[in-house]
Amino acid sequence: MRLTLRIWRQKDANSPGQFVTYVKDHVVPDMSFLELLDALNRELVERGEEPVAFESDCREGICGSCSLVINGIPHGPGRGKASCQLYMRHFRDGDTITVEPFRAKPFPVLRDLIVDRSAFDRIMQAGGFISVNAGSAPEANSIPVPKQNQELAMDAAACIGCGACVAACKNASAMLFVAAKVSHLGLLPQGQPERYRRVRNMVAQMDKEGFGGCSNTFECEAVCPKQISVRFIARLNRDYLRAVLLEP
Amino acid sequence: MILDGRVPPGPLEQKWDRHRNELALVNPANKRKFHVIVVGTGLAGASAAATLAELGYQVSAFCFHDSPRRAHSIAAQGGINAAKNYQNDGDSVWRLFYDTIKGGDFRSREANVYRLAQVSVNIFDHCVAQGVPFAREYGGLLANRSFGGAQVSRTFYARGQTGQQLLLGAYSALCRQISLGQVKMYPRTEMLDLVVVDGHAKGIITRNLLTGEIQRHAADAVVLATGGYGNVFYLSTNAVNSNVTATYRAYKRGAFFANPCFTQIHPTCIPVSGDHQSKLTLMSESLRNDGRVWVPKKKGDTRPPEQIPEDERDYFLERMYPSYGNLAPRDIASRAAKRVCDEGRGVGPGGLGVYLDFSEAIRRLGIEVVRERYGNLFDMYREITNEDPYKVPMRIYPAVHYTMGGLWVDYNLMSNLPGLFVIGEANFSDHGANRLGASALMQGLADGYFILPYTIGDYFARSKRTRPDPDRPEFREAEEQTRKGIERLLAINGRHPVDVFHRELGKLLWDHCGMSRSEASLRHALEEIPKIRERFWKEARVTGGPEGINQALERAGRVADFLEFAELLCLDALERRESCGGHFREEFQTEDGEAKRDDENFCHVAAWEYRGPKERPTRHIEPLQFEFVKLATRSYK
Ligand SMILES: Cc1cc2nc3c(=O)[nH]c(=O)nc-3n(C[C@H](O)[C@H](O)[C@H](O)COP(=O)(O)OP(=O)(O)OC[C@H]3O[C@@H](n4cnc5c(N)ncnc54)[C@H](O)[C@@H]3O)c2cc1C
Ligand code: FES
Repeated sequence: MRLTLRIWRQKDANSPGQFVTYVKDHVVPDMSFLELLDALNRELVERGEEPVAFESDCREGICGSCSLVINGIPHGPGRGKASCQLYMRHFRDGDTITVEPFRAKPFPVLRDLIVDRSAFDRIMQAGGFISVNAGSAPEANSIPVPKQNQELAMDAAACIGCGACVAACKNASAMLFVAAKVSHLGLLPQGQPERYRRVRNMVAQMDKEGFGGCSNTFECEAVCPKQISVRFIARLNRDYLRAVLLEP
Repeated sequence: MILDGRVPPGPLEQKWDRHRNELALVNPANKRKFHVIVVGTGLAGASAAATLAELGYQVSAFCFHDSPRRAHSIAAQGGINAAKNYQNDGDSVWRLFYDTIKGGDFRSREANVYRLAQVSVNIFDHCVAQGVPFAREYGGLLANRSFGGAQVSRTFYARGQTGQQLLLGAYSALCRQISLGQVKMYPRTEMLDLVVVDGHAKGIITRNLLTGEIQRHAADAVVLATGGYGNVFYLSTNAVNSNVTATYRAYKRGAFFANPCFTQIHPTCIPVSGDHQSKLTLMSESLRNDGRVWVPKKKGDTRPPEQIPEDERDYFLERMYPSYGNLAPRDIASRAAKRVCDEGRGVGPGGLGVYLDFSEAIRRLGIEVVRERYGNLFDMYREITNEDPYKVPMRIYPAVHYTMGGLWVDYNLMSNLPGLFVIGEANFSDHGANRLGASALMQGLADGYFILPYTIGDYFARSKRTRPDPDRPEFREAEEQTRKGIERLLAINGRHPVDVFHRELGKLLWDHCGMSRSEASLRHALEEIPKIRERFWKEARVTGGPEGINQALERAGRVADFLEFAELLCLDALERRESCGGHFREEFQTEDGEAKRDDENFCHVAAWEYRGPKERPTRHIEPLQFEFVKLATRSYK
């Protein structure tokens, strides 16, 4: 296959960026999208140009590093996949593909396709944990957890923290990300003591980082590589309300 | 030199408890005066940094990722072992210990492995308390599955994302300590050198991956938790950025590297499909609970699998290892797959693959149960291969997965350089010559939550050394070297990206120091590696400059280290003139092709000392004493 790639190139956070067009030959259907970029980069280096900077690590959809907007969609076409899990067989010979970084105010572009998502870490530091020191845990089976709660908690906990939800939202809302963490811990008995404190602190940090409110268009769920349900946002709202009204 | 692992005396079951009672303590008020550097925040590093901070130490933690949550540990799928015996199937600390030591082909320290099995239960309790959503039964109690090399069900799991959930647990504990100001986190920061002052590890040199700034950091002790070196083979199941730089550079500063030739090849990975490939994808070992492995009985049988009748199929693991069947340990299962493929009975393109078939499980359990157990793995497989494993058997082939070798540590997890502690996959400690499934997560967390936090205090209490001034000549010299190394890479005046050399190195190692090795193949590799290295330093091109984000430069440094380290790996493989676990020397095998250990001459750890760029490293040994188990031929028949 031969493809035309329009890729966002930007030297650093302070420089303006622009699209640069590259033609890429010898694309095979079994290549992943990131392997396509690898191949392009090899050609660029052979020509003495700087390779396109982009992030990836696990390349199997679990670490949340990869973060491309492909043809306008965070992580590209196809549901329930991260950029690294997108294979070239979903494209056709002659296609033109646009590749950009995640775009959101709280995620400044650092270079080319790399953005700064440290705001997510700071939200987690604000309360995304259960306070238990090593050594003080009770016997694991001493607290049974109904299977359906555990399954639901796991659905939420599957979040890979990639930020596609933010990139897809016109308000750059991080509600799905925060909802996933709040629900995961709030659904388990171990998470109860800090349940309302947690939600209050995490939401406060989310606001402080400049993430917007939920736009109710559910673009976040549509692009989420783990298909985390927007129903968790309702759960977040309930917990938040309760936290500010009843347990201030 | 004969190395001493400093294993405490006494009965096996009491060693750790007694040792803990004898370790010197640092009083709570003094703890905050000690500063610890933790490099790496995967399972081992994040758990260690959080726990040390909980105890009151001041911690600086480093990782090259943008967030600790992205460490390679996140990708572990299958599960974590704990000797809970919840299934009432006869499990015990002793059995987990024995399975692990036997699984490692009797090339690990008894006392370490026993301690690992003991603390496995504490780790598990702790992770549950952190909110890790482990699988449960309808009654609300915890569920188990079986893994290779065991006849009991002791593996706990969170769907196919156990590593993710455990890492998120450790990361959340770390986040809490960061918010409390006990840990200062340095993400996107790569350690490029270790600083040794008067023989003690007292600091590191780092490069900020955003700005390119080189910095010195001094501390009272340094903990390396930087993961394994499987990517020396280029293609592996590891995350693409995993590398050997931190441990290799510590080796060049005097830390001994133990058993580098002990590398694990995992039997169930998606086969290589072409040159474009950047990594290989694991299909979790848990699949062998229900999947059956087979190839056609006839050579060169190209019929599609559904047209091959039952009696023309060879379920070779069930045939060769009837008592463990499809759950034979990894090294054994990998070699068996290689053997049937070498006989010309492999399936798929190039004949490099065997079937992993779920049709019987789907008939027995129904498609829904199979989907619930393995759905995400099946989806992953389908996306990569464009084949539907619910309908046709998966094709799998062995791939590099894990490295048992690593920096040498004593029972306290301290290297031969006092003040340098090494934990997780980065050390060599507990898995001998072959690691059993679900025990890397257990080991990383054992080291981080329950062992290092005790043993590091002993070093502080006894060594009485203070944190050096980072302006000392040792720091300046190390910084200078780091800068020079970077300049040297940027000055190479060739035209090829560094990947080209990495890939070439990987292929050489896979062919000559992979699933089987021989004197001739290793000598060949040892001749070729320096040639690739020489070409790298002439023909590579590293674009960009020392400042700002420069991924080409980051990679170049890592590849340069792999190109040196590979030689050490092959040298170790050459000198270990026996077969054991994942190290299979063709010259040393039994009549039926099983690994033949040589306990008389090789019942030891080999620990290599760096002697300089042109010198041959020195091979030291630590004899392994087996006081409590009998050295037996490892049989899974
Ligand atoms: C696909 C896959 C599945 C697996 N499944 C299982 C399983 O089911 N059960 C099991 O027990 N084991 C499993 N394993 C093995 C297990 O995941 C790893 O052995 C383990 O997670 C390693 O943890 P670690 O903390 O030692 O290192 P890692 O998780 O690799 O972390 C290394 C850390 O060091 C940092 N780092 C490295 N070098 C530097 C440097 N120079 N400067 C700064 N920071 C640095 C990195 O940023 C990272 O934070 C699996 C492995 C793979 C590849
Ligand atoms: S590279 Fe890890 S999720 Fe894509």
